[in-house]
Amino acid sequence: MTADAAPLPTTATGIAAAIRHGSVSAVDIVERHLREIDRREPEIHAFNTVLADEARTRAAEIDAQVAAGGDPGPLAGVPVALKDNMCTRGIPTTCSSRILDGWKPPYDATIVTKLRDAGAVVIGKTNLDEFAMGSSTENSAFGATHNPHDLSRVPGGSSGGSAAAVAAGFAPLGLGSDTGGSIRQPAALCGVVGVKPTYGAVSRLGLIAFASSLDQIGPLTNTVEDSAVLLEAISGHDPLDSTSIAQGPLELTSELDRGVEGLRVGRITDLPQGASPDVIERVDQAFDALRDSGATIVDVRVPAFTYGLTAYYLIAPAEASSNLARYDGVRFGLREEAPDTNAMYMATRTAGFGDEVKRRIMLGTYALSAGYYDAYYGRALKVRRRIADDLAHAYADADVLVLPSSPSVAFPMGDKTADPMSMYLCDTYTIPSNLTGHPGISVPFGTGEAGLPVGVQVLAPALGDGLMFRAAAELERRAP
Amino acid sequence: MHRIALSGKIGTQNRTVVEEVWAVASALVSARITPDAVSKVARLARLTLSDAELDRATDQLADMLDHFADIDALDLDDVQPMTQPTPLVNVLRDDVVQPGLDRDEVLAEAPRAEDGRFRVPPIVGLAE
Repeated sequence: MTADAAPLPTTATGIAAAIRHGSVSAVDIVERHLREIDRREPEIHAFNTVLADEARTRAAEIDAQVAAGGDPGPLAGVPVALKDNMCTRGIPTTCSSRILDGWKPPYDATIVTKLRDAGAVVIGKTNLDEFAMGSSTENSAFGATHNPHDLSRVPGGSSGGSAAAVAAGFAPLGLGSDTGGSIRQPAALCGVVGVKPTYGAVSRLGLIAFASSLDQIGPLTNTVEDSAVLLEAISGHDPLDSTSIAQGPLELTSELDRGVEGLRVGRITDLPQGASPDVIERVDQAFDALRDSGATIVDVRVPAFTYGLTAYYLIAPAEASSNLARYDGVRFGLREEAPDTNAMYMATRTAGFGDEVKRRIMLGTYALSAGYYDAYYGRALKVRRRIADDLAHAYADADVLVLPSSPSVAFPMGDKTADPMSMYLCDTYTIPSNLTGHPGISVPFGTGEAGLPVGVQVLAPALGDGLMFRAAAELERRAP
Repeated sequence: MHRIALSGKIGTQNRTVVEEVWAVASALVSARITPDAVSKVARLARLTLSDAELDRATDQLADMLDHFADIDALDLDDVQPMTQPTPLVNVLRDDVVQPGLDRDEVLAEAPRAEDGRFRVPPIVGLAE
């Protein structure tokens, strides 16, 4: 028997343990993942950039460190797929937009530095809906990503590239960003775990801004434990992000085996309708499983939940219209030359942004414009408060809430592209926790229509990430 | 959509029926965003729209705003706006010089640079 015949670990924690132990090399792990990318990437298109040479070099460094008796860290040699809206110094970071095509950031995002410190190997930059605006990864200037489970269907979005990369075995770890569900919804559609941590738990420095009061970076992985380990590695205070919470890394792995005995799991009785029957059936089974494991199921009401969509689609575009004002052809990315600056701004932005980004910039500009500010943006901010108040009431009776991640399984490509509003409805169940800054996780829980994965979502109050992981780990153990 | 259908009927159908329909629908129609308003918004956002894009954007924004009218019925008078998930406090650091981004590296990524600065076309004196 040669070493090749030994069963190779597939989870990030298993790979890191084997590499730290010296029983497998980081170079071997990277090569295996690159071969998988060679084989299926042409039909999936998860990546904007595959960093094969950089990953090989980094893996060799990890192996040298282990050989010298050092410990590269908890993610030693584990390949990570990074959403292409996270800055990597000297490596193109596009947001899947023509307006940043070819731009190379002069600095690393804080999470990139933390990944390196933990021993991880960045294997590529993944596709997304342009500037993270979308729920299907079809709105990319570089073409759509396909769902590895069924190539005729979307992977969800906007972190569809990272979700597809993890589901296809291109990398055991992925990072996405979640502004209204952009980690949890693609996780559900691709059959992987996806986490939006508490707002402020992970630094946003170097995450290219979409809606600053909502954006949060989080993991996409095959197992709940891998998400916990990755999140522990990237969380913690960053003095360079003024919204970063002043506390150390989240403590999550210690929660995973605690079970749910005595945990109060809330069922939202006035949840907005629209989930398909196959999804509803799996969520009902999730409640049964948690009850069997010793949790108490309690009914709670969150009347303002249903208004989350409206609040979000006024607030997020308003913030985006401001954040995206920086793309004017002056300092980075695309410039369309014109005789004066104003004409240059207009030509550059008109050529550089795709339809959905233009639509949201216009919606946000309108919601903030004189005469409409109070009616739209101002009222949306009050609805946001209502949702936070209602959720606070619910969390007086429940420790965590369980609900669908996505209203349906992965839908066919092209199904919702003609009607923006139908696409926005994908975010119904994920949006409220972005508005309130609460954590949320999507865990694969059986299959639905056409044998496609269904995700069940667990929500918790701010900094309740540990409790949320407790329930998520139990759901993973009990998944059909 | 409603606007187009109604204007198509005016002048070709029985006046009184059309006027009745118009009277019922006009409140709704007048509340919908107009191409002029969308055109103004595009200008504010430094975007240029073709006529076809303007029509499509007007219809799509109108559909969205129709959906967003679900919050119109809420009584929000006594509700405090919530701009951030967590209460923000000013974050200050000691006023000492710290390393910043490398200027050459930053300018190397600019569309045009000259003499250590970003190069742009004239700011005043031309179009508009």
